Amino acid sequence: MLELALKGKPRYWLWLIFLGVLITTGFISYLYQLKIGLGITGMSRDVSWGLYIGQFTFLVGVAASAVTVVLPYYLHNYKKYGRIAVIGEFLAIPSVLMCMLFIFVDLGQPMRVLNVLLHPTPNSVMFYDMIVLSGYLILNLLCGWVILMAERKAAPPPKWIKPFIYIAICWAPSIHIVTAFLYQGLPGREYWITAIMAAKFLSSAFASGPALLVVLCLIVRKFTNFDPGKEAIQTLAKTATYFLLVTIAFYGFEVFTAFYSSIPGHMAPIKYLFAGLEGHTKLVPVMSICVFLAAIGVIILVTPPLRKWEVTLAIGAAATFICLWLEKGISLVVGGFIPNPFERVFEYWPTLPETLIALGVWSVGFFVLTILYKIAATVKEKAVFDKYGEKQIKT
Amino acid sequence: MIIDRRKFLKILGVSAFIGIGGWSTFEVIGRGQIEAFAEKYRKVPEALQAKRWAMVIDLKKLDEKIMNECIKVCHKLHNVPDIPNPKEEIKWIWIDDFEHSFPGFEHEYMSHEIKEKPVLVLCNHCDNPACVRVCPTKATFKRKDGIVMMDMHRCIGCRFCMAACPFGARSFNWKDPRQYIKEENKEFPTRMKGVVEKCTFCYERIDRGLPPACVEVSQGAIIFGDLADPNSEVRKVLSENFSIRRKPALGTEPSVYYLL
Amino acid sequence: MYDGWKIILGLLVFVAFVTLPFTLSTGKEYVKADPKIDTPEIQKLPESERKCVESKEFMRKEHMKMLIDWRDTVVREGKTLYVNTEGKSFNMSLQNTCMQCHSNKSKFCDECHNYLAVKPYCWDCHIEPKEDKKEAGL
Repeated sequence: MLELALKGKPRYWLWLIFLGVLITTGFISYLYQLKIGLGITGMSRDVSWGLYIGQFTFLVGVAASAVTVVLPYYLHNYKKYGRIAVIGEFLAIPSVLMCMLFIFVDLGQPMRVLNVLLHPTPNSVMFYDMIVLSGYLILNLLCGWVILMAERKAAPPPKWIKPFIYIAICWAPSIHIVTAFLYQGLPGREYWITAIMAAKFLSSAFASGPALLVVLCLIVRKFTNFDPGKEAIQTLAKTATYFLLVTIAFYGFEVFTAFYSSIPGHMAPIKYLFAGLEGHTKLVPVMSICVFLAAIGVIILVTPPLRKWEVTLAIGAAATFICLWLEKGISLVVGGFIPNPFERVFEYWPTLPETLIALGVWSVGFFVLTILYKIAATVKEKAVFDKYGEKQIKT
Repeated sequence: MIIDRRKFLKILGVSAFIGIGGWSTFEVIGRGQIEAFAEKYRKVPEALQAKRWAMVIDLKKLDEKIMNECIKVCHKLHNVPDIPNPKEEIKWIWIDDFEHSFPGFEHEYMSHEIKEKPVLVLCNHCDNPACVRVCPTKATFKRKDGIVMMDMHRCIGCRFCMAACPFGARSFNWKDPRQYIKEENKEFPTRMKGVVEKCTFCYERIDRGLPPACVEVSQGAIIFGDLADPNSEVRKVLSENFSIRRKPALGTEPSVYYLL
Repeated sequence: MYDGWKIILGLLVFVAFVTLPFTLSTGKEYVKADPKIDTPEIQKLPESERKCVESKEFMRKEHMKMLIDWRDTVVREGKTLYVNTEGKSFNMSLQNTCMQCHSNKSKFCDECHNYLAVKPYCWDCHIEPKEDKKEAGL
């Protein structure tokens, strides 16, 4: 089926070449990082995780969000998602790939990465992270490919794929529960040591994933002959709405616990993020934009006419996605390290080489996404649906 | 006996599995026992033994001069680089003030003298270390004698241990450290970029029968011994004096005690 | 055949590429690896005592695995004494045992390693013995 990605209009190739250029600059920056060391990034002895791990944390949520489409369709027969189940899975694949790439570029000794498998350590959450990410990638590749292949032949998917789909549905929450456990089990970091970290991860994933899917479906409809379906997009938007509200509520719970209890260690990181601490305010603009975008997202997504009109829907979904990207992708990781164990503030901001590498990894993800969506859209363009637009019929 | 093909294949499969599995298990477990029996590798007879090494730092007996001596001898012995940029610095043992080393203890009416009293801080070699719990490759591990060790050969540089340590005791090699080492100690290796390092309670000296370097130059201000030995000097000092540890409420059970 | 010229051109490029190691080394001398053990430290020992930790044949085949076993035993088990097949004991250390006698890394270790294009990363951390640069021909 890969040959379907080899035929395209000039704008398709232009987009791929543009991504290729970004991938190349990212790769060259990474060679520079391999030569000099991770010192070329903005990370320091006190903020020892930065942009790379932040992006991984955010993307693990996007990867898991495929379950918001797969679960209603396969478990509850929600027919409206029939057309886009594969679209959801084909978003999970590049997301997981980007997660693994971000971890790889963050390692100080990447050549030794297989030590994690050679010396299995069941008490380490990171060991489980490697297993669940790899397993999720394989599961999604398998399920997405087999189902799309069946669609291409206008036949129902083979029966043996069903157990794998159910496993994938259970596996999806596990990848970001495990990632949340990376943070919520560390005794010295008061911004992270909260039981609802895993819940926050789940809710922000199920808000940002469907929001991205809404935008991607609108793009797919505009640029190909495949129409994901108006109701499917609306249901995705409603999913994103509820989970965005839950995410904001969860963050509000954190703020309440920190400030009503007045425990200094819990208040300090939140103060740093929103108002600055001891004159250090690097992340305050980031959080201000985050709050502003969250407000836009909520207003648009909660108001039915604004959610129905696809122009405002696109704006609202994009705002939601970017807001949660700022929250999980930067502020969560950096906020955990500030103040440091000695109650001092050392700030962090990514450097140019670091940003180029991150951009390169994102471009790899978008490259894979483009190719997979091209294949899926080409197959689905040729599919004929019944008069309800749901079940595919043989012509 | 007459046996059908299906049953034969099942028996063959199970036997192959047991055979290969058994052989692997022998390789992993059994061979180790046989080699140990051959006694190719031994501890030297003068190596110091203990069940839980601990340190008691008497802040009354320490002044800045002695503390700087401790830091100098440790960093020189272990080829710890001297990096000027505080963001990338590597330190195994260093000085910080009381207010920041024991956060939460200070109050508004505490004298400046006490708040700014210099304290010698290092890795606490906890009994329930968070860093060992999170390391995905066991590159940092707890030895049988309680020392939290670093295996530089296995470390993949993921820095999960640095996030987990509640005491900020660990440093990462953000660049090649050799450019920052003025005088190399030829009897000890350096590290390369991309691995985490920290104080290792001078395991290489303990395994040769010597106390840690900082203890040796501390002029009696740092006492080193086995907490599990009721007759050791550390136990005596701890039972006779008021002692505190850093962040005890977190449950990592640090092995470094401070006498105020 | 269809697109015949493309195929033949591709085959020619492939053959040229694959035979590069041979074509590029015409006219060059064949240099055999010649590790030298005539360091001053070894010369100081009487002839009967010029023995390595294990025999030459064993070291040739097994020094890689032995060093890895030494490394894991010292770091992970805290044992520093090695008893060789003849019952003699040694301190398990690359810097403090092996390199004490073999103080000419560039004429000993590097000879075979360069010949086989092997780059062990031990030396990123373990300090090489200082060699007189003129003597080492660097």
